[in-house]
Amino acid sequence: MESSANTHKKKPESSRGKLMTGSEIFVRSLIEEGVEVIFGYPGGAIIGVYDALVDLSDINHVLVRHEQGATHAAEGYAKATGKPGVALVTSGPGATNTVTGIADAYMDSIPIVVFSGQVPLKLIGNDAFQEADIVGITRPITKHNYLVRDVRELAKTIKEAFYVAKTGRPGPVLVDLPKDVMAQKTTFEYPGSISMRSYNPAQEGDPAQVSRAAALINASKRPVLYVGGGVIQSNAAQELFALAEKLGCPVTTTLHGLGSFPETNRLSMGMLGMHGTWYSNTAVDYCDLLIAVGARFDDRVTGKVEAFAAEAKKIHIDIDPSAISKNVKVDVPIVGDVRTVLNQLAGLVQPLDTNDWLATIDQWKSEHPLRYSHGNSLRAQYVIHEIGNATNGDAIVVTDVGQHQMWTAQFYTWVHPRSHITSGGLGTMGFSLPAAMGAAFGRKDLPVISISGDGGFQMNMQEMATIVEHKVPMKIFVINNGFLGMVRQWQELFWRRRYSHVELYNPDFVKLAEAFGCPGVRVTKVAEVEGAIRTAMEHTGGPFFVEFVVAKEDNVYPMIPAGQTVDEMLDTPEPVAGPQNGRIGERVIYLQKGEQSKGKEAHHVTSTSSS
Amino acid sequence: MSQVQVAHSEHLPGSDSESTKRHTISLQVENKFGAFNRIAGLFAAKGYNIESLTVGPTTDEGVSGMTIVTRGDDNVIEQIMKQLTKLIDTVKVVDLTFDSFVERELVLIKVQSTAASRSEIMQTAEIFRAKVVDISQNTLTLEATGSQQKVGAIIKMLQPFGIKEIARTGRVALKREFQGEV
Repeated sequence: MESSANTHKKKPESSRGKLMTGSEIFVRSLIEEGVEVIFGYPGGAIIGVYDALVDLSDINHVLVRHEQGATHAAEGYAKATGKPGVALVTSGPGATNTVTGIADAYMDSIPIVVFSGQVPLKLIGNDAFQEADIVGITRPITKHNYLVRDVRELAKTIKEAFYVAKTGRPGPVLVDLPKDVMAQKTTFEYPGSISMRSYNPAQEGDPAQVSRAAALINASKRPVLYVGGGVIQSNAAQELFALAEKLGCPVTTTLHGLGSFPETNRLSMGMLGMHGTWYSNTAVDYCDLLIAVGARFDDRVTGKVEAFAAEAKKIHIDIDPSAISKNVKVDVPIVGDVRTVLNQLAGLVQPLDTNDWLATIDQWKSEHPLRYSHGNSLRAQYVIHEIGNATNGDAIVVTDVGQHQMWTAQFYTWVHPRSHITSGGLGTMGFSLPAAMGAAFGRKDLPVISISGDGGFQMNMQEMATIVEHKVPMKIFVINNGFLGMVRQWQELFWRRRYSHVELYNPDFVKLAEAFGCPGVRVTKVAEVEGAIRTAMEHTGGPFFVEFVVAKEDNVYPMIPAGQTVDEMLDTPEPVAGPQNGRIGERVIYLQKGEQSKGKEAHHVTSTSSS
Repeated sequence: MSQVQVAHSEHLPGSDSESTKRHTISLQVENKFGAFNRIAGLFAAKGYNIESLTVGPTTDEGVSGMTIVTRGDDNVIEQIMKQLTKLIDTVKVVDLTFDSFVERELVLIKVQSTAASRSEIMQTAEIFRAKVVDISQNTLTLEATGSQQKVGAIIKMLQPFGIKEIARTGRVALKREFQGEV
């Protein structure tokens, strides 16, 4: 990847105390924050800031092709690195184009800071050229936002913006920068620390609550750890692993929790919820204690809320007090940083005798595994499985929204925190390509793979130009079924198969990639999949594109229809053939006669039970 | 900062139902640009009911005081309290409902009057310790202060004379220093 920034680093300290414009202060402040990369797009109201970037920058600025791409790239960067992502845009349409990305970051608690240009203060409210009240527009979708009205407040505001974005329950912060304020001069002094009387996120859990939780845990016979993105956000995967192992407690994760607990471990039950595994949803239904860790009882997880883990006592650990008792009443809420609270709990809990419980779950895993069979056409599930085999889990996989997203969640084997990035809460189609680009700018140690459907890919495909320009070494995989597959699935299952505007006319994706300057191949046969993935993974020096043409009408199973209970769960229609090769709970592929057996033994299987 | 009353029209007629109760919430917020909008916007976005919302300065010039009267069942009120606390500009939130607190509302009432009815109106005003603040050939304008019940009562007593206009501040409240019976 090429860096357009100067390699010579200037010392920011040298300019301290000097009279500087707002624009210069802006750039200096970002350097003080340790910002490495800005995703942005210039314009009239922000032109002064862009001028300051010419001389002052130690920061890599990436010119996206649409401001939505900038916010998603900032999200991808933040999710992959744990550091706040930064977007810089102009006023009016530049700012309003960031709205979807900001809303996405808000729903998924991703720390990003968006800086928007604004018309000069005296023109605000005058319907000036490219004026939009972006502070008003983004108020309900930011953790907090600011309009800087005086250059003397600028450095402190930027400091506060980063602090608010990354602490507590992380989230997006927008800072609106009027053009005239950025031209004013003042001395630059970046605040060393920040203290806000109105914002003090909790760290430690209340010891009395932690003791109550420990007592419930020590008394439980059929516990389940229900783990969300909060574990990854607070870097608590090790603490979670230690707790689960000590207790012998099975673990199920939400979509955003994937990677927080290795799915190669016997205790893993994979994902729960609408498209979760049969056995994880069943285990939650049968458990006597549900320990929710950094998860928020989203409706895609709970289905009908009154019936969700109805028999179980519930513990809820979350940093956000408002997430507690919002959807589900719990017995022991603990407000605090997940990692801190898990450490507090560690010394108070005893190993449990869960052998019978785990044996029951193993039985469920063998009776209702995630599975599919090859028909006459290539199936997306197989493609995903093969991607998993190729990476060994050592990659950052960024998905879009829809069927491919659920199949990736199900059929890829997640072992590392921050290896899975997706748009969960808002469900933003078009997320994957720019978010994967952002992840690749932050993480050069691992391959980055973008997986989209044919619909979502076309929502932000303009960023192909950015990716090629910067020779971002990404793998861009499009799972093409010629449909808006998830909507089609719902129309098939719940709307009497009356397909309404879900079939897509598509361009020639490989030619399109080539037009952007990205090499690519099209895969239509089972036999071509492994080779194409290998070619992509071995490609260096820039992006590589693969289109997988898969079965047009295929459904994601298991499925709990929206608002229903585990009793209404639709399991995969394919029969379970047995006895199986591979370990219990392993994803199982049934091959048609004559097909070469592969994919069945995933890379991570260290010991296989005999058939 | 001026006193504001918003969304009185959102007040649904009728008394407390079985599950929803009226709550008086006192909060202190950083006196910053848009702070009021954040509070009002939160109630709109989450679909919470507002009966009245007043804003005014406090002893700390960096902090504004607000009194919000809202209604909801226990879960809704719990979420309102948490969501208000979650706002970055919020310094302090207190649900006064279960404490002993003083609440007052000011109302201006313009009543139709004739020579014949004027003295009766003024008698009524006196019972409520209301003041006459404007007079014309056909109207009397009264100023009354008190609890919500008192303000409601004077309005009811004046209705037979014909009320032309009403302006109400909405309620302001402070927790009593002596809790319990005074």
